[in-house]
Amino acid sequence: MDKIETNTVEKNGRRNFLKYFLSGGLAGFAAITIYPILSFLNPPKQTEVEVNSVVVGKVDDFKPGDSKIIRFGNKPVIIIRADDNKFRAFSATCTHLDCTVQYKKDEKIIWCACHNGKYDLYGKNVSGPPPKPLDKFNVAIKNDELIVSREA
Amino acid sequence: MEKKLKHIYEWVDSRVQLGDLVNFMSKKYVPVHSRSIWYYFGGVSLFFFIIQVVTGILLLFYYKGSSDLAYESIHFIMSKVQFGWLIRSIHSWSANLFILSVFIHMFSVYFEKSYRKPREMTWITGVIMFVLSLAFGFSGYLLPWNELSYFATKVGTDIVGAVPFVGETLKYFLRGGDDVTGATLSRFFGFHVALFPGIFTFLLIMHLLLVQRQGMSEPLEFKDKGKEGKKTMPFFPNFMLRDLLLWLVVLNILAILAVFFPAELGLKADPLASAPAGIQPEWYFLFMFQTLKFIPAHVLFIEGEVLGVLLFGLAGVLWLLVPVWDRKSARGQQNRLINYIGIFSVLFIIILTITGWVLK
Repeated sequence: MDKIETNTVEKNGRRNFLKYFLSGGLAGFAAITIYPILSFLNPPKQTEVEVNSVVVGKVDDFKPGDSKIIRFGNKPVIIIRADDNKFRAFSATCTHLDCTVQYKKDEKIIWCACHNGKYDLYGKNVSGPPPKPLDKFNVAIKNDELIVSREA
Repeated sequence: MEKKLKHIYEWVDSRVQLGDLVNFMSKKYVPVHSRSIWYYFGGVSLFFFIIQVVTGILLLFYYKGSSDLAYESIHFIMSKVQFGWLIRSIHSWSANLFILSVFIHMFSVYFEKSYRKPREMTWITGVIMFVLSLAFGFSGYLLPWNELSYFATKVGTDIVGAVPFVGETLKYFLRGGDDVTGATLSRFFGFHVALFPGIFTFLLIMHLLLVQRQGMSEPLEFKDKGKEGKKTMPFFPNFMLRDLLLWLVVLNILAILAVFFPAELGLKADPLASAPAGIQPEWYFLFMFQTLKFIPAHVLFIEGEVLGVLLFGLAGVLWLLVPVWDRKSARGQQNRLINYIGIFSVLFIIILTITGWVLK
């Protein structure tokens, strides 16, 4: 009687060992199959070209009230020559939901058409949904050429 | 947990009668005999196809199908994307082993004469899928847009041009113009990821439904055996577990090959560069390529290439229609002619492949 019992206990022990060993092995196998797939789906970081300044063009190309959107690295930057003749540059990406803003000459504001967000000529959000002001960029004039650069 | 699973099973069962399916599966038997091992190659081919679909979809997330970007995007996959080299290498290895496995599956079915009545449709869908597999290989080969694939496609499509009457039109259609250009790449990309998979999947479903409906083919000698003389094995779970174990082994082999022999990329295709020395097609086209090389430029009044294409075309049609002209096997009689043709074909393929390899 005793012998049979120990046999069953031993058998169950062996059975359990095999059960955990095999299912553990299978789970491990599944993991090492799925891990590369998930990693593959995760896009690698693209190294952005670090841009510090961009030559926009001749000062004379801009009349008071004109504006232009240029590429600064991968991002759009809006340059405005307001009626006061001063040059201003801001990130053209609306802080609300990433639309690209435009300069409204008649209202003298920077306007986002997507959700009617408005910024004043200092980039400050003045009405509508934008939560933050637009990032400022420096504008310098060298040899009659406009150069936009990141704010230090 | 077990209770919950049972509950879910019952929920589904009461709606779609899973019991019938389980009943069907439990009544399905696989014949056991000295050549039972060949039954596994259909399943292995299916597994390679599944791997091709999975890795192919993954590669699509980063691949760009244009002549300006294709090579660069694969370079990006190989060097920047995490495990990109692994996914692409598995896709490439699995493609090769898929074709090898399909060759073995097809020839084993041929030698067993399993195509005989009532399985003619299974054979025909299978042969069309075999041709599609080669087309998959040929179209996928161009996608990296490297030197080798560029010239392989030039040569391959040029051979299509040798087909009488429709060759030139077909060649123009395949190339998307007079020459192999970015237009060809776009086309091949479309063939490879949309057209061929669509047709193939349809044929595969037909093929598998037929196998399920008719059961596994029994060897000819089973006919004379009584019910007791036939040794069988239940499909579920006995055969299926063996199948799955083999799939696991195959996946391991793929991983080992991909790690130790990753897919290469070579140089970017340059239409102004000359073809590199020793250029060759993939191994599964080598026997045809080598045969075309051996045929003289002119045989009587026919051009050598045209003759080659015609002969291979004729052989292909006879092969496809073997259940139609092999009347003896359909009646359950031995047909030695079929064996001789099969042995000749296997030897022909092996010898010319090796010759092509050596004469490189």
